[in-house]
Amino acid sequence: MSSSRSDRGSTVKEPTDGVLRPSDHADSDEPEITQPRLGAVGWARWGWRQLTSMRTALVLLLLLAIAAVPGSLVPQRTADPNGVTQYFTDNPDLAPVLDNLSLFDVYTSPWFSAIYLLLFISLIGCVLPRTKHHWKALKSQPPRTPARLSRLDDHRSRTIAVDGDPDATASAAVDTAAAQLRKSGYRVARYDGRGTFSVSAERGYLRETGNLVFHAALVGVLVAVGLGGGFTYTGQRVLVEGQAFANSLLDYSSFNPGRFVSGDTLTPYSLTLDKFDVSYVPPGQPGSGQAGDFVAHLTTQAPGGEAQDGDVRVNHPLDVEGDRVYLLGNGYAPTVTIRDAQGEEVFHDSVAFLPQDANMTSLGVIKVADGLPQQLGLLGFFYPTMDVLSSGALTSTYGALEYPVLTLRVYEGDLGIDDGTPRSVYTLDPSGMTQIAGGDSGTPALQLMPGDTQDLPNGLGTITFENEAPAGASGYDGSVKRFASLSIHRDLAGPWVLAFALLALLGLLAALFVPRRRMWVKATPKGDGVLVEYAGLARGEDPTLAAAVDQLTERHGASLPASSHPDTGKVD
Amino acid sequence: MPGTDPLLLDEISLLLVWTAVAIYVLAFIAYAIDLARRSDLALKAKDEVVARQLVTAGGGGVISGSAGSSASTSSSRPRYLWARLGTVLTALGFAFHLVATVLRGIAAERVPWSNMYEFALTGLLLIIGVYLAVLTRYDLRFLGSLMTGLAVLLLGGATLAFHVEVVPLADPLKSVWLVVHVFVASLATALFALAFGLSVVQLIQTRRERKLAEAPADAEPKRSFLRTVPSADALESLAYRFAIVGFIFWTFTLIAGSIWANDAWGRFWGFDTKEVWTFVIWVLYAGYIHARATRGWRGTRSAWLSIIGFTAVLFNFTIVNVFFKGLHAYSGLTT
Ligand code: HEM
Repeated sequence: MSSSRSDRGSTVKEPTDGVLRPSDHADSDEPEITQPRLGAVGWARWGWRQLTSMRTALVLLLLLAIAAVPGSLVPQRTADPNGVTQYFTDNPDLAPVLDNLSLFDVYTSPWFSAIYLLLFISLIGCVLPRTKHHWKALKSQPPRTPARLSRLDDHRSRTIAVDGDPDATASAAVDTAAAQLRKSGYRVARYDGRGTFSVSAERGYLRETGNLVFHAALVGVLVAVGLGGGFTYTGQRVLVEGQAFANSLLDYSSFNPGRFVSGDTLTPYSLTLDKFDVSYVPPGQPGSGQAGDFVAHLTTQAPGGEAQDGDVRVNHPLDVEGDRVYLLGNGYAPTVTIRDAQGEEVFHDSVAFLPQDANMTSLGVIKVADGLPQQLGLLGFFYPTMDVLSSGALTSTYGALEYPVLTLRVYEGDLGIDDGTPRSVYTLDPSGMTQIAGGDSGTPALQLMPGDTQDLPNGLGTITFENEAPAGASGYDGSVKRFASLSIHRDLAGPWVLAFALLALLGLLAALFVPRRRMWVKATPKGDGVLVEYAGLARGEDPTLAAAVDQLTERHGASLPASSHPDTGKVD
Repeated sequence: MPGTDPLLLDEISLLLVWTAVAIYVLAFIAYAIDLARRSDLALKAKDEVVARQLVTAGGGGVISGSAGSSASTSSSRPRYLWARLGTVLTALGFAFHLVATVLRGIAAERVPWSNMYEFALTGLLLIIGVYLAVLTRYDLRFLGSLMTGLAVLLLGGATLAFHVEVVPLADPLKSVWLVVHVFVASLATALFALAFGLSVVQLIQTRRERKLAEAPADAEPKRSFLRTVPSADALESLAYRFAIVGFIFWTFTLIAGSIWANDAWGRFWGFDTKEVWTFVIWVLYAGYIHARATRGWRGTRSAWLSIIGFTAVLFNFTIVNVFFKGLHAYSGLTT
């Protein structure tokens, strides 16, 4: 291993280092112990130097790693809002304390932000002067050849015979070396004088360039994430087979715009869910019952354009007019018709039921606001393949429609939706209502299969669970509609973040693997020969330096007149 | 593979896994005997000779490429028969391990890295594979017992605890990114493992070197295999070199994972538990690389960071996968 460690005193000290490093970099000189001059400027300068030192960067990096951990131990509002709610229920005493410490929002908390902002200030403060310095170094000559090359670790030498004028021989040998070095990508400069001829060569500026690009690209990533988030929006919408959706604020069931997004600039297009497909592993096979190959077949219609077919799958979002449509979830949406005592239809809709388990036991609410003497609320369970547990409770044993059953408890009274209070369509608040079927009401819950019609209690009318299967279908396949829950995103940040991340990766490759080194070839006429010396010095990690010096020695030797002979071994 | 029963293939694969584990146990024993005997061998050799070897080792011997000095070093070294046996056994175990992994992939009709058991299977295959590959360039057989020990514990443990039947892939896993992202992550892990091993030996070696330096010049040399191991400095720069390659792969893992997350979940980053830990590990190794360049941190302190980094990698793979709640619920274990 060639030493790159000037702090271990094994290499020559140089006045001009091509690379500017923070003063506590392992390769830079010991800093002079300077007491800060009293006074604001002195202190500010001292503080700035502390902030932009390697040690500070290191400590901040380690702090960042530590500070990120709690977010994986405690549920986070952004990643797992339900987990947070649950945590509050489970730990009523502890949760508020943690909340005060921002432990449910670790990554936007003041302390986490402080760490990474300081880190990036440090980074910028570190990188800017180095960039300036590097820019100059890129335009300057390789430094003067050290007086005593033999003090370097990687040093070889040979003596060549003089053919005529010793100075001319020496100079010609150095010319050859310079040409060879230039061809291998070194920047070279001749330094002749005081009876010696030499070429000084340097390569690997790309290493420092890579380092600077890497660090700068990290800033790019941060800025792209920070700014880009403001131009991003996500919205959700549940679509039952056959339903259409227009891309406008009104038509979303929820919408989260970034800071700079206004709701009326959405691109107008529409989506129709034609069909939703899913397949199940049949019983008896490994993984039986497992659902997969989810696909929502959509028709998209851009303004003024042709209607187009498009599929949304897991891992394969659909691009529509610059938005991306993702598949978030799916389930069954039983179609129910309710008629009053006179046989007038008062309700007809496909209602999305939310799946509760892997076999699609689903829970949903039907609300009949008008048309009956009192408002009606129905709380339903849907079992695509119903079975009875030993306890007597119903369950679903398979996700597909093998033996679909819908059960409903019925409540009569005030749904609580008339006073403008927002209510979720998926929940029913039974306070203020009387249960008239199921539970303790004395009347059993309604139980229907597709195509069944039953009377509502108290002579209120009838309810029909519509069979949606096309005429002539066998079994229950297709008897209940499905819904897809779609998530629609516009993300301007993503491509930028990716570009900066890839730039960082490229920079990193150069910074870590391009060897930066200096080479010298010096020819000194001595007596009846010319002593040719070869030496290399690593600037940073450079495990192949010795080999490179050997190679140079060999190649240069091969191009010299045959009468030259290598000195025995290496001169150390 | 029509005509072959995946269940049967998986059973054969499992049998091969256990065979591999058994062979790794033998390799571990051979390597351990080697370490125990090295101290004797080293003592028998003249102190002077040993001293010269240490210098060569520290000055470029282990780090090959430097003008053929590695070749000369290994030929002038005492022959470690038990270490050789250990390596042969490791290679044999690796062969069984490889076939077992390939069979598992055939049984599943996909890449064999899609649940905890398979992550362990492939991950350890890569660890041992990288170790063996590196042996062709550097004599790191003093890490043999550590590497085979790791393989026995983790492969045996994972097979006992995590083995699951082959089931079809869950939809989110059906992606080319499964192939790329997980494989590169495992490769990074293998390199971090080597760096970890070297850092551990580096710490021990540093202690010994310090003691040697403090001991009076005529003190009786203590028996220790460490005499046959490169200097702490050489160990450190070698560890660093594996760690930076691992770091590149890890950076790529992070980027590939974000691209995948953007396709699967509609956002490229969301501080999901697994994402948090991948990030933490990345930052830790960035810290390690920095530490190597910071005055006062080179040497022992940076070695500790490498050790902490790899501990986090193991933690991420085991505890986070099994016990932490998150979107990356691909352990294949029903909890
Ligand atoms: C977000 C925070 C940072 C990260 C993730 C980071 C990461 C890295 C990585 C991976 C390297 C190794 C690649 C290379 O040599 O170019 C590196 C090197 C370096 N970083 Fe940073 N860095 C950060 C902040 C800083 C700061 C604040 C400073 C200034 C104090 C700094 C100064 C350096 C220097 C001088 C090197 C070269 C080390 C050498 O000579 O080997 N970095 N950094």
